[in-house]
Amino acid sequence: MATAVDSPRKRRLRRPRWIKEPFNREARAGYLFILPWVIGFLVFTLGAMVYSLVISFTNYDLSTDTATPVGFSNYELLLKDPKVLTSLGNTLYYAVLSVPLEICFALLLAYLLHRIPERGAGVFRIIYYLPKMTPSVAAASIFLLLLNGNSGAINGFLGIFGIDGPQWLIDPDWMKPSIIIIGLWSVSGTMLILLAALKNVPQDLYEAAALDGAGALRQFFSVTLPMISNALFFCTIVLTIAALQVFDQAFLLFYRDTASGSPDAALFVGVYLFQQAFQQFNMGFAAAIAWLLFVIILLITVFQVRFGNKFVYYEGGR
Amino acid sequence: MINSQPQAAAESDPRRKSAASPTQRFPWYKPRSILGRIALWALLLGFSVLFLYPFVWLLAATFKPRQDVFDNRLIPETWVFTNYVEVWQQLPLLSWMSNSIIIALLAAGLVTISSSLVAFGFAYFRFPFRNLLFGLVLGTMMLPGAVTMIPVYLIWKELGFLGTTVPLWGANLFGSAFYIFLQRQFFLGLPRDIFEAARIDGCSYFGLFRRIALPLSIPSFIIVFIFEFQASWNNLQAPLIYLNTGSPEEYTVPLGISYAMSLFSPTSGGEADYQYVMTAALLVTLPMLILFAFGQRYFIEGLAGQGRKG
Repeated sequence: MATAVDSPRKRRLRRPRWIKEPFNREARAGYLFILPWVIGFLVFTLGAMVYSLVISFTNYDLSTDTATPVGFSNYELLLKDPKVLTSLGNTLYYAVLSVPLEICFALLLAYLLHRIPERGAGVFRIIYYLPKMTPSVAAASIFLLLLNGNSGAINGFLGIFGIDGPQWLIDPDWMKPSIIIIGLWSVSGTMLILLAALKNVPQDLYEAAALDGAGALRQFFSVTLPMISNALFFCTIVLTIAALQVFDQAFLLFYRDTASGSPDAALFVGVYLFQQAFQQFNMGFAAAIAWLLFVIILLITVFQVRFGNKFVYYEGGR
Repeated sequence: MINSQPQAAAESDPRRKSAASPTQRFPWYKPRSILGRIALWALLLGFSVLFLYPFVWLLAATFKPRQDVFDNRLIPETWVFTNYVEVWQQLPLLSWMSNSIIIALLAAGLVTISSSLVAFGFAYFRFPFRNLLFGLVLGTMMLPGAVTMIPVYLIWKELGFLGTTVPLWGANLFGSAFYIFLQRQFFLGLPRDIFEAARIDGCSYFGLFRRIALPLSIPSFIIVFIFEFQASWNNLQAPLIYLNTGSPEEYTVPLGISYAMSLFSPTSGGEADYQYVMTAALLVTLPMLILFAFGQRYFIEGLAGQGRKG
């Protein structure tokens, strides 16, 4: 009897009010609160995407402000322009090298900080975070001199070990590694995320592993890595998206002057996109490059999510 | 001060209490051997040198004469104190700084207000399609900025704001996905009972936000504000697009430094006065370092919170 009385009441309580009257006062107020984002989304995201797609089918020239529809010719040009392929190759090379290096380096730093008492870790955490605070222009001007092939500190350091360092900023083979080095210097954002993940690993897992006779190395690979795989996965995706759009350092070090004629070795898609849009004023072609970049980023992200999910341990199982 | 702050951070956030350093709670969880402990601290110190060296070197470079800038001495052979005066005369640093400060304050202030309004909308209210719309917010976080760069430029052009600073902060009126997410997480942590109680006492919906949610979430406001302030202060690409055509006085700091790098670069006819570039680079880094000194626990908390997201 009691259940017969209880259940209709319970059901009424559980059901959200808006199913009965979807646009009640509360709902209206809610929409009002999120209105700024809705407007921004419609104009600067959805509107912008549609606009960009339209432009990519025109020969929009910014210098004369004229546009005529040209069909798919911008997209055909993507295949013909050798610089598109070069910049894509450079960008992928950079992403494939820099993302794993940054993750490993950040993990190493986070692990070291994790192994020492909180007091000491606080000081090191601040020191390691400082490069992240440095504006990219300041970092570029510092490394412009540190990476100097003849007198820079990095070659000076290599000289201690008898290594004759390369001409980092002149030799085309070393231009991309130079930018990777600057990226590694300011890796601390990733480090903090991984540090937070390390701190969230339940300690009893280590106790249990230690009782089972697992050494430090075994504990790291069988407990730590699976438990932080979620954060590693998140960082990989975010860093990859950022790496595929790399711009600041390459632009500042190599393509700042339109006349300097740097080799194409560090011409990334982000840089080429910028050059085409705002130096050559070929908005239509630049929009097509942007769409190509978007599709590539999307494909890589989807692949990472599909593939990565197999290696990510979710608490509660999924 | 430095030591006390991380602990204060841990106290302000109850979720972090359980995450105190394992060495405090589990004395056995330590590097086993003395040798291991020495290696650990040596590595930590080594990396500190690696991270600090460029700053020390930059500081030294600002006191070097032109011909010595490229050498590696951490203590200048000949000390020059005039670089600071000369760079001030050579470059309109003061207008760059004030431009950047105004833009960063506007950008950070606006995004803090708009994002928290939107976040409160998503956190407290129940309305049809709420989860779908919030999914869209998260989706835009993944959207590469390079893709919307061109159409957004053309939109600002149509609106007649080219050559002004409006495009550098205008879009912040509409909130930003990452900050909306961050703020919403914070609002969801507030007990719902106090809102219900206020409603019964006759508080308006906006009053819930202004009188209850806002005062209780000052820490997350500060996180959003200083993150966006830093992002705006460091932003190179947007000023490059929107301000590059104007006179150098209208530049922001990053655009100005980029301009100075070209101005003094031998490849574009300069005389390799890199001591000026270095001095300017130091001067633009200082405000961020000061901000960090005051707000480092918020920076660190904000990023650590990001890790909890997945």
